[in-house]
Amino acid sequence: MKHLDEFRDPALARALVERLKRITTRPWTVMEVCGGQTHSILRHGIDQVLPEGLTLLHGPGCPVCVTPLETIDRAVAIAMQPGVILASFGDMLRVPGSHGSLLEARSRGADVRMVYSPLEAVTLARANPDREVVFLAIGFETTAPGNAMAASEAIDARLTNYSQLVSHVLVPPAMAAILDDEHVRVDAFLAAGHVCTITGWRLYEPISARYGVPIVVTGFEPVDILDGFMHAVELLEAGSPKVANRYGRAVQADGNPIAQAVIDRMYEVCGRKWRGIGVIPQSGLKLRPAYAAWDAEQKFDVGDITPQEPAECIAGQVLQGRLKPADCPAFGTKCTPQTPLGATMVSSEGACAAWYRYGRKSAT
Amino acid sequence: MCLAIPGRITERYADGDLPMARIDYSGAVATACLSYTPEAQVGDYVLVHAGFALQVLDEAEAAASLRELTRLSALMEADDEGGAGA
Ligand code: SF4
Repeated sequence: MKHLDEFRDPALARALVERLKRITTRPWTVMEVCGGQTHSILRHGIDQVLPEGLTLLHGPGCPVCVTPLETIDRAVAIAMQPGVILASFGDMLRVPGSHGSLLEARSRGADVRMVYSPLEAVTLARANPDREVVFLAIGFETTAPGNAMAASEAIDARLTNYSQLVSHVLVPPAMAAILDDEHVRVDAFLAAGHVCTITGWRLYEPISARYGVPIVVTGFEPVDILDGFMHAVELLEAGSPKVANRYGRAVQADGNPIAQAVIDRMYEVCGRKWRGIGVIPQSGLKLRPAYAAWDAEQKFDVGDITPQEPAECIAGQVLQGRLKPADCPAFGTKCTPQTPLGATMVSSEGACAAWYRYGRKSAT
Repeated sequence: MCLAIPGRITERYADGDLPMARIDYSGAVATACLSYTPEAQVGDYVLVHAGFALQVLDEAEAAASLRELTRLSALMEADDEGGAGA
């Protein structure tokens, strides 16, 4: 496919690896924020060809991984109520809650549906007027436009049997939280390219300036990622902490203003708990109060939720770059993609799943 | 989750009030909503995530990136040959 194949060219990749080796004169630590990039880095073995001084940290950019356990437990509790159809994205259905995943709830009789587009849940609500359709709306800025459009379609049509359980998160506040973390040193970020298609790259300038870190907006193919590392190291070596956009074919300075306007019409910014990390101020989105009637959290009283995290799971530390998956005693033994203890082993973007899949065993 | 893939628009149509498109991904065909890329035309490549086109891909920017990378790659090779002779 055009826009993919050219950016997988092995000759270009080799040249970038070579150039990276030549320009790296000091040790640097670079974090790729997005779990999709983590996956691509491990899949193509990029972590194994980087210069010795360049340390990689995987970031928290996996929406499924950071969705709080409370939210999953609440979704399971709502799904078990009579007359409810609960819909969400595929990865979300497999994440273990305190009392099983949504797929396990389905085997216990709940009507749980997987959707590819959030609009499918609106269609489900139209087709099933005697049922309550609840859409578990999670994701980063990339997914927010679709989920906001689905909310807008349902609410504008006064579809009263549709609601959303919203647990959206925003990337820039999480980057700031990592830079504030005294246990982690990050010298530069590769910013998540697809998040930036919506937010634009200019949004990152205040963080880059405040913390003095280069932020390089990067795509997902091997050549894109190597090019992102090369520019991050160039900026670091030059002592020039600024934002560089290396995903120009998809990302503009101001992102997608139409999408931003629809998100803003339906959702408002709120504090949000990130699983394993804690509450990050101003890092989430929720439905605006005017749409309370479509807010599943208010619509369904499922009593108190008291989530129980598996004791051995250190996913929170992994998501913040403090530890590697192989540092976890359960990694590859009690915890595998078939028997996941934590969400980072479930999601295709989770660091634990990527390490397992591509056979990374030691914490190097 | 944030996986978004490029595809080529082969047809535009409407579903109620929503502008939609049929998208070709190297042979596999699916639909996507064009509400966020109303300017997209048949033949354009769009970046699609969860059933929504998020951006029209900029062909000129893609070509410029590739030119820059190819130039770098040629420079590195020239360097290598110079190094071998020295
Ligand atoms: S390997 Fe499993 S238990 Fe360990 S941190 Fe990863 S998800 Fe949690």
